[in-house]
Amino acid sequence: MLPETPIRPALARSAAATATTQRPDARERVLPRSWRSPTTERPLVRWLLIAAALAFLGLVLVLPLVLVFVEALKGGIGVYAAAISDPDALAAIRLTLTVSAITVPANLVFGLCAAWAIAKFQFFGKSFLITLIDLPFSVSPVVAGLVFVLLFGSQGFFGPFLSANGIDIVFAVPGIVLATIFVTFPFVARELIPLMQEQGSGDEEAAISLGASGFKTFWLVTLPNVRWALLYGVLLCNARAMGEFGAVSVVSGHIRGFTDTMPLHVEILYNEYSFSAAFAVASILALLALLTLSIKSVLEWRHGESLKTRRGH
Amino acid sequence: MRHPIKAMIVAAAASLCIADAAAAADVLTNVSYDPTREFYRAYNAAFQEQWQKDGHAPVAIRMSHGGSGAQARAVIDGLPADVVTLALAADIDAIAEKTGKIPADWQGRLPGNNCPYSSTIVFLVRKGNPQGIKDWDDLARDGMAVVTPNPKTSGGARWNFLAAWAYGEKHFAGDEAKVEAFVGKIYRNAPVLDTGARGATTTFVQRGIGDVLIAWENEAYLAMEELGPDAFEIVTPSISIKAEPPVALVPGNAAADGTEAVAKAYLEQLYSPAGQALAARHYFRPFHPEMAAPQDLRRFQDLDLKTIADFGGWAEAQPRFFGDGGVFDQIYKPAE
Repeated sequence: MLPETPIRPALARSAAATATTQRPDARERVLPRSWRSPTTERPLVRWLLIAAALAFLGLVLVLPLVLVFVEALKGGIGVYAAAISDPDALAAIRLTLTVSAITVPANLVFGLCAAWAIAKFQFFGKSFLITLIDLPFSVSPVVAGLVFVLLFGSQGFFGPFLSANGIDIVFAVPGIVLATIFVTFPFVARELIPLMQEQGSGDEEAAISLGASGFKTFWLVTLPNVRWALLYGVLLCNARAMGEFGAVSVVSGHIRGFTDTMPLHVEILYNEYSFSAAFAVASILALLALLTLSIKSVLEWRHGESLKTRRGH
Repeated sequence: MRHPIKAMIVAAAASLCIADAAAAADVLTNVSYDPTREFYRAYNAAFQEQWQKDGHAPVAIRMSHGGSGAQARAVIDGLPADVVTLALAADIDAIAEKTGKIPADWQGRLPGNNCPYSSTIVFLVRKGNPQGIKDWDDLARDGMAVVTPNPKTSGGARWNFLAAWAYGEKHFAGDEAKVEAFVGKIYRNAPVLDTGARGATTTFVQRGIGDVLIAWENEAYLAMEELGPDAFEIVTPSISIKAEPPVALVPGNAAADGTEAVAKAYLEQLYSPAGQALAARHYFRPFHPEMAAPQDLRRFQDLDLKTIADFGGWAEAQPRFFGDGGVFDQIYKPAE
């Protein structure tokens, strides 16, 4: 059932490698049959660990994903096509893509600025800034949404000013974009900060001492150094931006065809007993996520060497 | 076609722009509660057709659905509703009070206290009624699993609560301590309190939890129609409450949007023969029964219906039963 045979030689090789590095004379000695390197485990333990990981993955990741597509196609391809070409579904897809098209560049610029400031300079309040960047990870998305309602709602802090000038923020696209930006805030910055801190500012100092301008240094030295981490952060940010439910649900107003993003539309369809349509839209969302993931995998595969230099995730 | 790919991209872009085209026309926003989705989808199409036939420019109608209390909150926070069609008057009162966008005397500007349709509270049980449920006292039996939403968050759930209370009051001849104990017993039989009516229906119907669902009559019929008439049946209790979901114009928003005329017509046409017939077809009890199709009316059983006026109106009932520290807070202790 489990792919034990290909794994075993690999493990054996790595065990041998570990043994060699630790004890240069290990190869020459005849080892007892029961001998194993202190850093490896008994076959049974290994097998159990792998089985547990695979079973867990299958249960909580693969099975639900497969079910989404099974349910979506249950009513046949005609029902599926009708569900995703429905004007409201198309509007939801368009809105979701629009929101991530605004959110991702905004967080890219912010993330770069923040990581640059934190990694390359010393200043008062730096650790406070890092904590602030992590805030969206620890605050519940529902609270994040409510905060924007309290700020920009008509009973809110800026409410009188906004309604006097006819500006719609909450229950309109700007509110959805703001809530999404809030929730996906840390992804790019969090990817970049550890890498840039580790790299230090030596390369930049060299560039500047050789006469490069500030912008040239950034463009030719800093950016190439962090490009893979940056890309990784952008992909994560994009995946979350498309999938965000909680915060967006609070600020959306749920107007069909106008302020419903794909995740919200899935819920609406499900509540209307349109199960096939709900799963059809969910499958499009899943496909977009899978596309994002495969872009990431392809990049890792093609540029594995340069990615290895970075630490962290 | 010489450039099939180009043509496909153009077609895709065009279809994605449909919503934009709609936004250019007159847009009316109706903020409603959960179980009206199917009714308003049908009514909107009928209204749009009639509106154009009467020589007006086409109008686009945007719908927003959710729990009635949450929807009222969203309108208060700025959701641009031109009309609200909510589950209870208290929610519209809240909008009027907090924003001033609805006049305080909104109720009574349309016939029937602004309620073009009403409903009542019935039981949905599993096919064959295995527990032999006939009336409210069966719900208080030991070991019964009752599914109903939380009256703190759901408008429909408040009607459920008051219907049970009305039965208790008659049964115990107004002895309030006994009524409290009786209604408390029913709520202790609830394994879970969902936040909204549609959530409770899904719990009972899809997840198979519970022996009986206390539900809007229209919601119960809809669930049967959508999910299988062979799996459920409806039990009508001896006493229930006339649940009156009101509609109202939001002049504060409609005037700003320039949609006052169409919004008024939209609400008035709910009382037209076509509107009333559609309401009855979607399992709402119409205000003018004579306008509805007889076969639709035959589905509604006669029963003793109390009204919110018997509880002193929402202004009195809301704080007494559902306010902080009110009757519900005192009697509801989750089953251990």
